[in-house]
Amino acid sequence: MMRITGGITEMTIGLAHYLTVSAILLVLGVFGIFLNRKNVIVILMSVELILLSVNLNFVAFSSFLDDLAGQVFAMFVLTVAAAEAAIGLAIVVIYFRNRGSIEVEDISTLKG
Amino acid sequence: MIAALAFYLFAAILIASAVMVVTARNPVHSVLFLILAFFNAAALFLIAGAEFLAMILVIVYVGAVAVLFLFVVMMLDIDFARLREGFQRYAPIGAIIGGILFLELLLVLSGWSFADQADDLRLSPNPGGGVTNAAALGRILYTDYVYLFQIAGLILLVAMIGAIVLTHRERPGTRRQNIAAQVARSGSVVLEEVPVGAGIGTLGIRRPPEPEAEPPKVTHDAHHGGHH
Repeated sequence: MMRITGGITEMTIGLAHYLTVSAILLVLGVFGIFLNRKNVIVILMSVELILLSVNLNFVAFSSFLDDLAGQVFAMFVLTVAAAEAAIGLAIVVIYFRNRGSIEVEDISTLKG
Repeated sequence: MIAALAFYLFAAILIASAVMVVTARNPVHSVLFLILAFFNAAALFLIAGAEFLAMILVIVYVGAVAVLFLFVVMMLDIDFARLREGFQRYAPIGAIIGGILFLELLLVLSGWSFADQADDLRLSPNPGGGVTNAAALGRILYTDYVYLFQIAGLILLVAMIGAIVLTHRERPGTRRQNIAAQVARSGSVVLEEVPVGAGIGTLGIRRPPEPEAEPPKVTHDAHHGGHH
């Protein structure tokens, strides 16, 4: 029935390889958010890494299921990630213009 | 065999550059390592058979998003040394949470397998045959997923307008053309009749000095003419 499995024979690249790489990438992105609590630019880059790992997951499943819907969805994730990066960097720029720094520890002054 | 080796190579570089992105001292280096990570992810996409997405990743991410990051990092005059305070303090808790997350992901992966009817449940199966990846994606993107495609375009439009509105500012002291005011000024524009030639004599406006007349050339013909 299943010609597509995540099982790995020796030295062939299976689904599990991709999922492991993607999981490591996601954990690194989360780690980067914790590590660079003050530098919002690196936080945005970490978010990009997380979205990249999501895309890697989508593409891996799409490839191993032979289903193109995953790649279409990965394209939409790319779109949203590009929009998010643009808006986030614009907010960083105006925050820097107003405050003279990009420390996000006291960013709660933005509320209201 | 070759594909497996390439996968391990690209995956190793991808993870190493991701580590460098989050730990680099200089954010410019972070952005450059992010570009390296995107390139290697594109290579992994290629190995998985998603050529179109790999090219999109290189074009959109490396060409646009990473360069945008680079612009912002270099444009803002930021004291990056101050931003790294608390690096040691946050590292343990980040490592703990990251480790927990990774263990959970491993647990999920180890106890997971495809459903039996996964083959029948595919939403848009790969047509296969001679259809390339890009062509197959185009076939479904403009038909089955056309509404999502339009919404993606709208999201990009909203992001563009939002970024412009956020960063646009009126600077005091700059002068620019105000076309509406220019067109609307009717009373102050009057046609005046100026006497012809008044500028030279009565109003004292001087012309630029005329170029000095060249000394008359003494040609042979003139010389001879004088003699005769």
